[in-house]
Amino acid sequence: MPLYHTEDQAMLADTARQFMADEGNIAKQLRHFRDMDCKDGFGHALWKQFAELGLTGILVGEADGGLGMGHVEAGIVLEEIGRNLTPSPFLTSSVMAATALGAASEDLKGRYLPGLLAGESVFAVAIDEGPKHRPERISARAERSGNGFKLSGKKAFVVQGGSADMLVVAARTAGSDDDDAGITLFAVPKDAAGMSMEVVRLVDSSQGAHVTLDGVQLDADAVIGEVDGGRELLTQVLNAGRIGAAAESIGVAAGSFDMTTTYLKQRKQFGKLIGEFQALQHRAAHLYSELEIARAAVIKAQQLLDAGSEKAELMVSVAKAKAGKTAGLAVKEGVQMHGGIGMTDEYDIGLYMKRDRALAEFMGDLYYHAERVAQISGY
Amino acid sequence: MSDPDSFRAEIRAWLEENCPAEMREPVRDEDDVCWGGRKFKFKNEAQKLWLERCAAKGYTVPDWPKPYGGAGMSPAEAKIWREEMNRIGARPPLSSFGIWMLGPALLKFGSEEQKVHYLNQIARGEVRWCQGYSEPGSGSDLVSLQTYGEDKGDHWVVNGSKIWTSYADKADWIFCLVRTDKTNKYQGISFLLFDMESPGVSTKPILLISGNSPFCETFFDNVKVPKHQIVGDLNRGWDVAKYLLGHERELISGAGGNDRLNTIGAFAKRNGLEDPLLRAELAMFDVDALAFSAMGEKFLDEIKVGKAHPAQPNMMKYAGTEINKRRHELLMAAGGSAALEWESEGSNGGSKARSWLRTKANSIEGGTSEVMLNVISKRILDLPGA
Repeated sequence: MPLYHTEDQAMLADTARQFMADEGNIAKQLRHFRDMDCKDGFGHALWKQFAELGLTGILVGEADGGLGMGHVEAGIVLEEIGRNLTPSPFLTSSVMAATALGAASEDLKGRYLPGLLAGESVFAVAIDEGPKHRPERISARAERSGNGFKLSGKKAFVVQGGSADMLVVAARTAGSDDDDAGITLFAVPKDAAGMSMEVVRLVDSSQGAHVTLDGVQLDADAVIGEVDGGRELLTQVLNAGRIGAAAESIGVAAGSFDMTTTYLKQRKQFGKLIGEFQALQHRAAHLYSELEIARAAVIKAQQLLDAGSEKAELMVSVAKAKAGKTAGLAVKEGVQMHGGIGMTDEYDIGLYMKRDRALAEFMGDLYYHAERVAQISGY
Repeated sequence: MSDPDSFRAEIRAWLEENCPAEMREPVRDEDDVCWGGRKFKFKNEAQKLWLERCAAKGYTVPDWPKPYGGAGMSPAEAKIWREEMNRIGARPPLSSFGIWMLGPALLKFGSEEQKVHYLNQIARGEVRWCQGYSEPGSGSDLVSLQTYGEDKGDHWVVNGSKIWTSYADKADWIFCLVRTDKTNKYQGISFLLFDMESPGVSTKPILLISGNSPFCETFFDNVKVPKHQIVGDLNRGWDVAKYLLGHERELISGAGGNDRLNTIGAFAKRNGLEDPLLRAELAMFDVDALAFSAMGEKFLDEIKVGKAHPAQPNMMKYAGTEINKRRHELLMAAGGSAALEWESEGSNGGSKARSWLRTKANSIEGGTSEVMLNVISKRILDLPGA
């Protein structure tokens, strides 16, 4: 399959670009909800508009009422989210939780998918237990209890956890902390007795929740997929999140880059447009080159994932690492090339820097994924 | 393409039947590469057979039209061809500047007679070409070239010299930039083709830091070039030259190389890999290198259907050569003192060290990295005054 968008995908990109620029732009969404100190950090009205376009169900199978599309298409939406820094539950709900629910029982699907498709529900995914992405290590435990399970443990920095109607929680039903086997995924409703949260505001105005599970009693039908055999499904959820975050990073990088090259063509110093200086031209050209390469890595990984290729695992990590590294370069060069105004809150470029930092950390940073590339490659 | 699966099956079966086992081994030495031409000596029967079989089917240049020696494959078919070649690790049957550089320029700018004549020779590996571009006084500022062709009615008389002419001493013909109007810098250059055995042509290899001499100085002393051996219009050779440079840059970038699933870290591990910081550098490199190989694939997909920015080969050249230099720096570090060996048989004649030194030219030849960044700034980013 060629590494560019099909005609249908290009049409979706046009729609998503227009929608996000009109409705999801920085003034209407990020700044608006940040400045009113919104608890959720995003707009429920916008989430409804996502649903009206069908986007909330982009990865949900057609038989379940979704669009039945793939990671290339989800990535198209995420790139526009990144470009506009649009706060939304799309990545956690429509990409990650939807991937988990794809393997759920009809009962669970019936309980949760209609709310997602209607843009009424928000989901979060609770995997990590510390400040760094370490999904290999799951300590939270689910003991058999009565007809179901009792969950205990802690989950850290659960993105949008405080706004979620349901959390997909990875817990250990067997084995020790670092075992591959013995993982089970659960759908935990927000009002489950014994679950408490402390919500913290992060640098990019998003929220992360520290979740404490203190003997949370769940019925057996809260299990998503197989008991003890959840590692494979967890990996699918992680890969969906990683490649989704990589696509969003591409949007952040592209938005920051466009803003910066525009500025290079407007700002005058020493009687010249600063874009005339070769010192800046070469840095901008290098950044362009990195951005093109990162984009290629991301679409390659998306296609491999959609094709179910065994090479996807390696390429997803390459894509997440490369996209994060490139977006990091884009925002740092962006602030520096804007000079003093790049440091002001009034100017948007700094918002790109903040979002990039949070996205880089989400689902594993450059170092985590470079390590994975080494391990998958056998060294 | 009627049906990709049956086309793939057909190619796969043909390769299975026709690609000799020796031609599925990795290229180890320079003489494993088949360059063709009047002076070329085949290393073995398999190399000769592989070239002949491919040439008979048009597979040395699969996406060229059939009347010019190709197989007339569509972009999608050519991609399947490459994938199937990579799958069995088949060596290219023929490598040549004729295929990579002159051919595309002739396809765009050549007359019908020129296409039929020269392209078929290239496709069959009968004539080996070299490139007469740089001059001692014209490096990055190529358009300042001074080699002059004086109009003598039915021919030009060419005087001057070229430098960094790759394999000039092994080539049969040269495609050469010659000034035909001294009053017009850009529109005073013509793109001429001539035989390296013409009276007045001489070459002198240049010894490089690698200890090898892939490049020559080339001298023209009253060389007669018939008028029909011009490509494109008189004094409009710069258009041909720039178009060809795009292909040269694409070539040097390494796009379309094998799917590098063997990461450099996996390779280095064979010598033992005990330094955690070196391992980390290798992993960071592999992220960039694997991402770039996706870029190579994307670039080829896009350029074949006109989706790539016309100046994109400059980006590819910049990024690809910088990656390749980094690769060889890391291979040297991973190899330790053993990689310093210069002559021994065990080191294959010092191939690691010599290859490492060779890569330093990558970001100079065909336009320096700095020139590439200038071109990206101007043509892609549209920055002011660039």
